Amino acid sequence: MGTFSGNPVPKPDGGLVPIPILPPPTIPSEEDIRLVMQSDLQRALKKPMGERQWGMSIDLQRCTGCQACTLACINENKLPPGVVYRPVLENDSGTFPNVTKQFLPRPCMQCANPPCVPVCPVGATYKRPDGIVEIDYDVCIGCRYCITACPYSARTFDWGEFYGDLVDGPPTPYEQVPSLEYGHVWLRKAGTSPINNTRKCQFCIERVQRGELPACVRTCFALATYFGDLNDPEALVNRVRQGRQVMQLKADMGTNPSVYYLL
Amino acid sequence: MITSTKTPSVPPEHRKISPWTWIGVGLWVVVLVLGLQGFYERMLHGSLITDLGGWMPWGLWVAAYMWFIGLSAGAFLLSTLVYVFGMKSLERVAPLSLLVALVTLLMAMLMILFDVGHMGRIFEIWYRGNPHSMMAWMGWLYTVYFLLLVVETYFALHNALIAARGHVGLSGRVARLLTGQRRTLLSESEQHRERHITTVLGAIGIPLAFAFHGGVGALLATVAARDVWHTGLYPILFIVGAFFSGGALFTALIAFFWPVRDKEWMLTVRTLGRILLGLLLFSALLDWADYQVPLWYGVGPEVRELSQVLTGPFWWVFWLVTVGGVYLIPAVLLIAKPKSPWAIGMAGVLSSVLFLAVRVNLVVPGLATPELPNLPSSYHDGRLLFHYVPTWAEWELVLFVVAVGVVLYWVGIKLLPVWGRDVK
Repeated sequence: MGTFSGNPVPKPDGGLVPIPILPPPTIPSEEDIRLVMQSDLQRALKKPMGERQWGMSIDLQRCTGCQACTLACINENKLPPGVVYRPVLENDSGTFPNVTKQFLPRPCMQCANPPCVPVCPVGATYKRPDGIVEIDYDVCIGCRYCITACPYSARTFDWGEFYGDLVDGPPTPYEQVPSLEYGHVWLRKAGTSPINNTRKCQFCIERVQRGELPACVRTCFALATYFGDLNDPEALVNRVRQGRQVMQLKADMGTNPSVYYLL
Repeated sequence: MITSTKTPSVPPEHRKISPWTWIGVGLWVVVLVLGLQGFYERMLHGSLITDLGGWMPWGLWVAAYMWFIGLSAGAFLLSTLVYVFGMKSLERVAPLSLLVALVTLLMAMLMILFDVGHMGRIFEIWYRGNPHSMMAWMGWLYTVYFLLLVVETYFALHNALIAARGHVGLSGRVARLLTGQRRTLLSESEQHRERHITTVLGAIGIPLAFAFHGGVGALLATVAARDVWHTGLYPILFIVGAFFSGGALFTALIAFFWPVRDKEWMLTVRTLGRILLGLLLFSALLDWADYQVPLWYGVGPEVRELSQVLTGPFWWVFWLVTVGGVYLIPAVLLIAKPKSPWAIGMAGVLSSVLFLAVRVNLVVPGLATPELPNLPSSYHDGRLLFHYVPTWAEWELVLFVVAVGVVLYWVGIKLLPVWGRDVK
């Protein structure tokens, strides 16, 4: 599939680096893309952690705005009221009858240069070698400075509310199941983390480390979200960008998100 | 309370308790009771008692913290006019300004402690602080500032404390405790030496106060994600605002509560009034620039936020409270009645108390507009809104901190010879 035999281009240090020739773009109907991504993921997991960079490509032409990814994420991470990791932004344009609707799923961008990291007064949020921006719930003091610093509003705060509160009842059965974020067991109880912590999407890294795709990717019936190792030219997450117009959100800010949108 | 300079000087301990004092005590009791309710709610329900949300994570408490810390910085910088720059006309009120700086610093720390989600972890800033974080720097600088204030206050009061050793009651006991075995007043050379120490500490304190309060401005200004905050003017705006609001508070305290209403007091109040007017005008100029520059052509990312402040549902916070209460009425009082202690004191009360509105309008508008279009309609949840109005419980907790501050101040003036009446 992928080779590195293109015309070489100069590197900043004066050397030459070959241009990678990527495999042809995927036609979803011709490949079971979930199986492809699964095998991409297995391949990436065999590499040392620092050599893989998890990322997403989201095909806005394919997104139907069904919000199944939003719900799958809530279910996977047992999100309480007031916390959302992956909303789908909707935009209406035009005037009747010439109207269109655009959808834009917005996970955490897992920026290469994340503005939320340096602001944390206790270093509770940091960039992992595999590109995931992690929050250490046991260290986070709950100052919410990082929420103000994120240009994508990708961070929200766990205020300690339960869905059971909405009906003046105890926590619902759903809320008595722990989430497994970052590979730990988190059962929400008053006064303990992750309550009173900032929370955010982490590409379901606990699932990924087990060889599973993130819940949002797994659930997307329109096959609009691709996930994989951005350092692997053969990974579908990279191949689908070939020949397409690609954008990163607020690229001008210099955050260099790991989420690419295909226009 | 306010009388003319002809009123004979009466030692405060011999004064009758005036009706104003009873009104003040009554007011404090009301503030305390309401404050205790807010404190109880905060301890029981945590941040749930706020109207804050995931997309508007800071509100009244952060603004109040910035207000208190500004008062502290301002009061401290006033003291440096005496201890560092040798301004004789404020000489005898300088120890009080150190006490005010100390009390308002503790109020600010208490306020921000209540704002964080995990109060028990706030001390992690000291042993695992992130040097890239402006907030971590705040924690470290406040610690140094607190220690400096304590030591400087001690040296500023040392001679008066020795003189107060003979007092009966708790103030005498505190004076004996703080002065150890020393029974005789400081000699000329000792006084000179301690004054030098105070000068050095004050001189260290000036860049420190500029750093930590400019740092509060930078805490917001360094956040590139927020267009309104991300301006180089903010740190300067915060420093000048601190000097202005802290100076106003201190002026009000001297004008209304200084025990001896003699000619010297009158001159001191007038001096403070003149300083206050200068600071008011400078602060107003910077505030005007902060709004006018981004709004001039009516295009740009800040226009929406700032227009909300000027013409949105909370327009009155800007026009009535800030423009009217903080700047215009005090300016009229200070210009029209430059010799009246009442007018000067009232200008100080208005500017210092209502300055909270200035801080609210610096913190909240930066958060009030979505960073991505259509974000508000993407997910419906009561905690994911771009709308914030402080709850009653939030106000009550601010009142609790005010009530605690009043107690600390009262204890300070009762136990420490900050009025300077013991040393001739």
